[in-house]
Amino acid sequence: MSEEIKKDDITADNSPQKAGEHIIDINGLVKRYNDNTVLNGIDISVTKGEVVVLVGPSGCGKSTLLRCINGLEPIQGGTITLHGEPVINGDKSLFKIRQKIGMVFQSYDLFPHLTVLKNIMLSPMKVQKRDKVEVEKRAKELLERVGLSDKANSYPAELSGGQKQRVAICRSLIMDPEIMLLDEITAALDPEMVHEVLNVVLDLAKNGTTMMIVTHEMAFAEAVADRIVFLDGGAIIEQSTPDEFFKHPKTERAERFLKTFTYSK
Amino acid sequence: MQGISVLFTGNNFVRLLSGLWVTVRISLISIGFSLILGTLLGAVMTSRNRVVKAICRVYLEIVRIMPQLVWLFIVFFGITRLTGLNLSGELSAVIVFTIWGTAEMGDLVRGAFQAIPRHQFESSLSLGLTKPQMYFYIIFPQAVRNLLPNVINLATRMIKTTALVSIIGVTEVLKVGKQIIDANRFEFPDAAIWVYAAIFFMYFLICFPLSMISRAIVKKQQRSE
Repeated sequence: MSEEIKKDDITADNSPQKAGEHIIDINGLVKRYNDNTVLNGIDISVTKGEVVVLVGPSGCGKSTLLRCINGLEPIQGGTITLHGEPVINGDKSLFKIRQKIGMVFQSYDLFPHLTVLKNIMLSPMKVQKRDKVEVEKRAKELLERVGLSDKANSYPAELSGGQKQRVAICRSLIMDPEIMLLDEITAALDPEMVHEVLNVVLDLAKNGTTMMIVTHEMAFAEAVADRIVFLDGGAIIEQSTPDEFFKHPKTERAERFLKTFTYSK
Repeated sequence: MQGISVLFTGNNFVRLLSGLWVTVRISLISIGFSLILGTLLGAVMTSRNRVVKAICRVYLEIVRIMPQLVWLFIVFFGITRLTGLNLSGELSAVIVFTIWGTAEMGDLVRGAFQAIPRHQFESSLSLGLTKPQMYFYIIFPQAVRNLLPNVINLATRMIKTTALVSIIGVTEVLKVGKQIIDANRFEFPDAAIWVYAAIFFMYFLICFPLSMISRAIVKKQQRSE
């Protein structure tokens, strides 16, 4: 009932980008798989430079939400716009829009037949038709930024999971996206590799990259987020600053969810 | 030891080589058609349509279940009987090996495409690649890499199986060999071993380089797998 008010509260009082331009606007998004409603009327906006972290129990629809934003899933209701341009699954305009949305998945999705450098350079050269020299220079800068300069000519199979995910982040960044969507990018990683990947994401956040992040790493969510969005049962239950959300969750469901991360004997 | 001289008596060796040429010709033409038709069949086999899938499956199973020998008889004798068309042995052989190769190739192509994980498609699209770009730069190269060793394996199997065509009267290398052996049976009883050894080396010279290529490809792939 008070969803709207809460959201206004956040954007008015807590978000540092209160007057920022909107990158993503989602209104009344409904997503169903057959009879199963996965997202039921989602309203959310992301402003420039903002880091929004989606949390919630498994199956609450947070990954589906990211997939819808990238037009990977047809939606059954509502609208998604990127800078005012509608995102429509299966539409031709999607190819243009996707260039402005960077997405990194949970599975290691580097192209196995291409070297790290070529993985990163493919899309800017073939899709954006950028100059090879410029693209290569930029790719190497990005690799250096994530600490993988020495891996430029390796194949994905020669990298660890954490290294692969860092390359995948570079591959998205080189397109100069307006927003990065990170879908549980550390969920398949060994614990010691989670850190190296999340540090890269923290660095992006510091540099003002607009991001929507789905994660199960609560400590990371707290550190990186400007705003926490808690989803359950396909709806947004609560939104607030990380400080508020983790210390004083407003709803009983959020409280219950947070309890699942703590242990006591 | 005199048997070896049979190989070089008269034009025997040239005859063996021309028999080998028949083997190679049938193989190459059949493999060529199989590659083209099989790729198309493979694309059809990835269809989600149940009827299409079922028809492809039935075709594949029938071809696999029946020995190639039976197919040779069906095509060589059966077609003549049914239609009155008098197919030459070599043409019948090409038809049979193309039917077989197409089925096997189709299944390989289907498998190669289906082995590519869904996220390869999705991450290509999310990078803004168009569908043709996605297939050209991401999907086909991976499918071909999965495919090559299997295709070469299929090719060597087809080459070896062409030995069967002598049964419908095509004089390929094995048949020539038998003729030479029969002609020298009393004079040089040990000719058989030399002739078969020569044929062995001929097959070896064709198939071994193919196996080597296949192995080199697999080795190269292991680096990126």
